[in-house]
Amino acid sequence: MNAPASFPETGSGQQTRERLVVIGNGMAGCRAVEEILARDPARFAVTIFGAEPWVNYNRIMLSPVLAGEKAFDDIVINGADWYTDNGIDLVSGDPVIAIDRERRVVVSRSGRAQPYDRLLIATGSDPFIIPVPGHDLPGVVTFRDLDDVEKMLSAADAGGSAVVIGGGLLGLEAAHGLALRGMAVTVVHLMPTLMERQLDEAAGYLLKSELERRGQTIVTGGDTAEIVAKDGHVSGVRLKDGREFSADIVVMAVGIRPATGLARAAGLDVERGILVDDHMLTSDPAIMAVGECVQHRGQCYGLVAPLWDMCRALADAATGQPSGYTGSVTSTKLKVSGIDLFSAGDFSGGDGAEDIVMRDAARGVYKRVIVKDDRLVGTVLYGDTADGSWYFDLLKKGEDISPIREALIFGQAFAAGGALADPNAAVAALSDDAEICGCNGVSKGTVVAAIQQGACSLDAVRSQCKASASCGSCTGLVESLLNLTLGGEVQSGPKTLCKCTTFTHADVRRLILEKNLKVIPQVMQELGWSTPDGCASCRPALNYYLLCALPGDYEDDQRSRFVNERMHANIQKDGTYSVVPRMWGGLTNPRELRAIADVVEKYNAPMVKVTGGQRLDIFGIKKEDLPAVWADLNAAGMVSGHAYGKSLRTVKTCVGSEWCRFGTQDSTGLGVKLERMTWGSWMPHKFKIAVSGCPRNCAEATIKDFGVVCVDSGYELHVGGNGGIKVRATDLLCKVETEAEAMDVCAAFIQLYREQAWYLERTAPWIERVGLDHVKAALFDDPGAVAALAARFRFSQTFMQDDPWAKRAAGERADLHQHLAEVRPLQVEIV
Amino acid sequence: MIGEWLDIGPVGQIAPGTARTLAVRDGAEIAVFHTLDNRFYALVNACPHKQGPLSQGIVHGNVVTCPLHNWNISLKTGEALGSDEGCVPTIPLKVDAGRIYLLREAVIGRKAA
Repeated sequence: MNAPASFPETGSGQQTRERLVVIGNGMAGCRAVEEILARDPARFAVTIFGAEPWVNYNRIMLSPVLAGEKAFDDIVINGADWYTDNGIDLVSGDPVIAIDRERRVVVSRSGRAQPYDRLLIATGSDPFIIPVPGHDLPGVVTFRDLDDVEKMLSAADAGGSAVVIGGGLLGLEAAHGLALRGMAVTVVHLMPTLMERQLDEAAGYLLKSELERRGQTIVTGGDTAEIVAKDGHVSGVRLKDGREFSADIVVMAVGIRPATGLARAAGLDVERGILVDDHMLTSDPAIMAVGECVQHRGQCYGLVAPLWDMCRALADAATGQPSGYTGSVTSTKLKVSGIDLFSAGDFSGGDGAEDIVMRDAARGVYKRVIVKDDRLVGTVLYGDTADGSWYFDLLKKGEDISPIREALIFGQAFAAGGALADPNAAVAALSDDAEICGCNGVSKGTVVAAIQQGACSLDAVRSQCKASASCGSCTGLVESLLNLTLGGEVQSGPKTLCKCTTFTHADVRRLILEKNLKVIPQVMQELGWSTPDGCASCRPALNYYLLCALPGDYEDDQRSRFVNERMHANIQKDGTYSVVPRMWGGLTNPRELRAIADVVEKYNAPMVKVTGGQRLDIFGIKKEDLPAVWADLNAAGMVSGHAYGKSLRTVKTCVGSEWCRFGTQDSTGLGVKLERMTWGSWMPHKFKIAVSGCPRNCAEATIKDFGVVCVDSGYELHVGGNGGIKVRATDLLCKVETEAEAMDVCAAFIQLYREQAWYLERTAPWIERVGLDHVKAALFDDPGAVAALAARFRFSQTFMQDDPWAKRAAGERADLHQHLAEVRPLQVEIV
Repeated sequence: MIGEWLDIGPVGQIAPGTARTLAVRDGAEIAVFHTLDNRFYALVNACPHKQGPLSQGIVHGNVVTCPLHNWNISLKTGEALGSDEGCVPTIPLKVDAGRIYLLREAVIGRKAA
């Protein structure tokens, strides 16, 4: 404790030096003092007030302390000697409770009154507590200071389970620390994507998978209803959907709020944070503010890097050389060992912004850079963050990246290589035994040989040597080799599923099964999608393919559904909907007709029309009225007719042997049975069935996807008909003797179509593409095939045959039908 | 200051990748979008082509595909993308402390956005 003579406690120096009082002994306050001392060590007599009873430590290193990777001493920035060496008066454990601006005095909790000439507010931020019942129970902690960490460590010593509310940066670091300390950890996150402010859906998905692999339970879209207590201590967390997770400790890490209470009470201008100008001056020129408590040019920051920039500008201004702070571009890195994750800048895309995406499924890598006007504006990296700082540097400097654009995504080593910036040149420079395709172990020499032997397209290369045929991440390399070997002679391959992928529908369907893919972001990652979240073409296709591949397990992604399938009604040109209740086999009764008539009157439907599929279509229903309309129709026993879906539409029948003098079989009865079996199933495209009771074919069965024509000796089964733009009569598939056989073949044929056709391909073009012989062989070559296919269809139907209208009428997804609010002049009504 | 912005409620009421509507004067609607990237945008809920309700389209990146005829509309500028031409008015929007705000004068319609 040898205070230098140049900083006497009393004496002549004190009169000449201004008194600088700092409220907050955290990273911002101390850094600001350090910066000032570096510029002019003799200018101020400094007093620092800290609420915590410690010296200045590095708050962002609390995560490694929790994880056991660092001790408290390791994260101290300025020890006690720093304060004494610089003549700083540290008042710790005694927070300031009031600022008297008129007298220029601050008052601490212990009653100490400290006069100032200049005041610096660096109060940081407070953790946000969601005000659910139980938030104040013993065992509910935040993750903000050393005290919180010690509470978590003592809970972890006792073992048991922890729930972390909040899947942002802080929450995940807390969860990681607690998991390393041996607790069973559940993370409950309100949004569907972890760290949604820093990550896009693709990277969020990879992170979630990795954390789950490590044994954490990750609940996204989880809205906390209550923190549950037992014997006065926290015992669990209950969500609004009823799920409950037990917990011996609950960590609330949902966000932070600038700590503005003192400033507000002192009458300074405060919005979200304390308002400061470019020199970190508040509305009172004697008072400065810095760090997470401030709002600068509309922006509040919760990261450490902006704080360093602010402190520099503050010190410049305070020592008479004003420079000005203009805001910070921030980057984020997750401090969880073994997970490499980096995000910076703006990744919202948008106009003029172009995404460059590289995915390497084998290494679990997702890289995305966003370029706008030849400048890098944002980046998200997962799995390989080696180039994070390089991208961040390009981003901050706003350098023109057009000379290295082609190679940008491959990183600094590649892009900065001058001549190598041309990817073709880079590939040309590879040796013959360099591996091109890691999934299938294919070398450059093998690929070139395949091309020289006649594989002139990407698809041909894939089929001949398997390069790029699995995850697709080496597609760019193979394309470069095609260009290098053939010059301009490269042939384009078959049409890809959409512009987001180089794979065809067939490839995608096959790879979903081979790789056992389960959700849309996983398909996009594993198959190297070139866009972050697909497009309006591939999202619905992938949703269907997964739904078909994983009956009962796949959770339908409503965001990937066309409007009609999401709203369970048909949108019309004026934005209203038409509603078609199911009429089994085209049969109806007075009760149903009365209900329909009542609905038409009650909701002022301007038109009712008899459809070609033998049912009634009610037009002009508003989206807000749909649930009520459905409730009324449900009450009369009617369910959704799926007139809006890529699904079974209707089974058209004639009256058959029960009434018709020509009828040979009960065509109406069979039609009802077929419709009962097939309704509700999702298909690649719409699917129509008809049953005619005799070859006069009144039900027009020979232009349907599946048509039955009854004859004296049984049933002729026809497939692949279409009455649309291009009329196509059916092909005769087979003849069977019994209704039961007709039903089985119908189920088997539908399942074959569901499993093999491409999305938005009707049965007619599908059969023309694969050939009737292929369909017949798939159904009849193996005597067990029909039964196996029919069984798969019936299994998948067990998950499909609950009426979507009934669920909506009961209130499910009310948000789809209600306005957010109604805004009339001078009147706002929040619904 | 606060009065310029109209609070239309918490961000959580619009799931990412979807949109919801706000009924305004004369039967018009504003569509408020929440992208998968967690950005928010507001447009007049009418495609420049045939006035289709954009709120019902599939959202991908910062683009919505109109449900009527598959026009792609930029959520940032309201401009039709690709070879289509047209533009729908955007409504200034900000998100603050978990709530969505629209510029009041653009919503009430005193001044077109």
